[in-house]
Amino acid sequence: MDLLAQAARDHAPPDIDALIALVPYCAWLGLKARVADGRIVLEMPFDPKLVGNPILPAIHGGVIGSLLETAAIVQTVWDTRAQSLPKPVDISIDYLRSARAAPSFASATLARQGRRVVNVHATMWQDDAARPVAGLRGHFLLA
Amino acid sequence: MSGSAKDIHRRFSTASLGGTAFFEALGARVTEIAPGRSMVRLPYAPHIVGNPDTGVVHGGVITGLLDQACGIAVGTALAAARRDGEPLQGIATLDLRIDYLKAARPGADIVVVGECVKITRQIVFARGRAFQDDADAPIALAAATFMVTELQPAAAKG
Repeated sequence: MDLLAQAARDHAPPDIDALIALVPYCAWLGLKARVADGRIVLEMPFDPKLVGNPILPAIHGGVIGSLLETAAIVQTVWDTRAQSLPKPVDISIDYLRSARAAPSFASATLARQGRRVVNVHATMWQDDAARPVAGLRGHFLLA
Repeated sequence: MSGSAKDIHRRFSTASLGGTAFFEALGARVTEIAPGRSMVRLPYAPHIVGNPDTGVVHGGVITGLLDQACGIAVGTALAAARRDGEPLQGIATLDLRIDYLKAARPGADIVVVGECVKITRQIVFARGRAFQDDADAPIALAAATFMVTELQPAAAKG
């Protein structure tokens, strides 16, 4: 992506929030990013369109997966300085508790950074970071 | 929709049989429904793109379709197995494992088939398969596990 290539030319860290804004599905989900000490935290405001269970109500499992996968991708971009978006190879999502009608957050760490493949662990929480809503473990291919 | 599908809707009260807000907002629809099986379809659209350079759909969209299709398959399987007088059951996804076999081709619909493979008292197992034009060339495969939850106590039955 141009934004990532330009950051590499400038020897500057990529602007992750600008990157997120360029990805249509991430913009549609309402994702925002902030970076502190090299750790990216994504925020997803609650929106009625994200609901998967109207009785609780709870956020759809697919939305939770989308947020976690995006956290994994942007942390991979940050850590590897990749100039194009990594591609998911496989993911495993654990749903720990239901995600309520509230803002959600996610961050990720690279458990192993290879030359071609990274292993990433991501976690999502709502009001209390110590009580994760869901976790993701996945492999991503560096383009 | 067939009579049997209407019956499933009547007997299974959670909203996971198709019309979740997220699923509808994505623009997806349920195209087939039978006890233990579902098929859903999502037309290509700008808002599902995950890579603006290539137009490839975001993996999370496929995750959402797989979760939904497996959830419908499990819901209909539970509804078909439920006897009159038993409490209504809901489901919650415990885990979802996905292999992304190849990138979804931009511009083409994504079809996902969900199948319930095993019901136990507490846990239900499902498989999901996503493809585009060729059902024999999947773009993603999923294994999902759901927990059965009770929606209402048996005593509250009307």
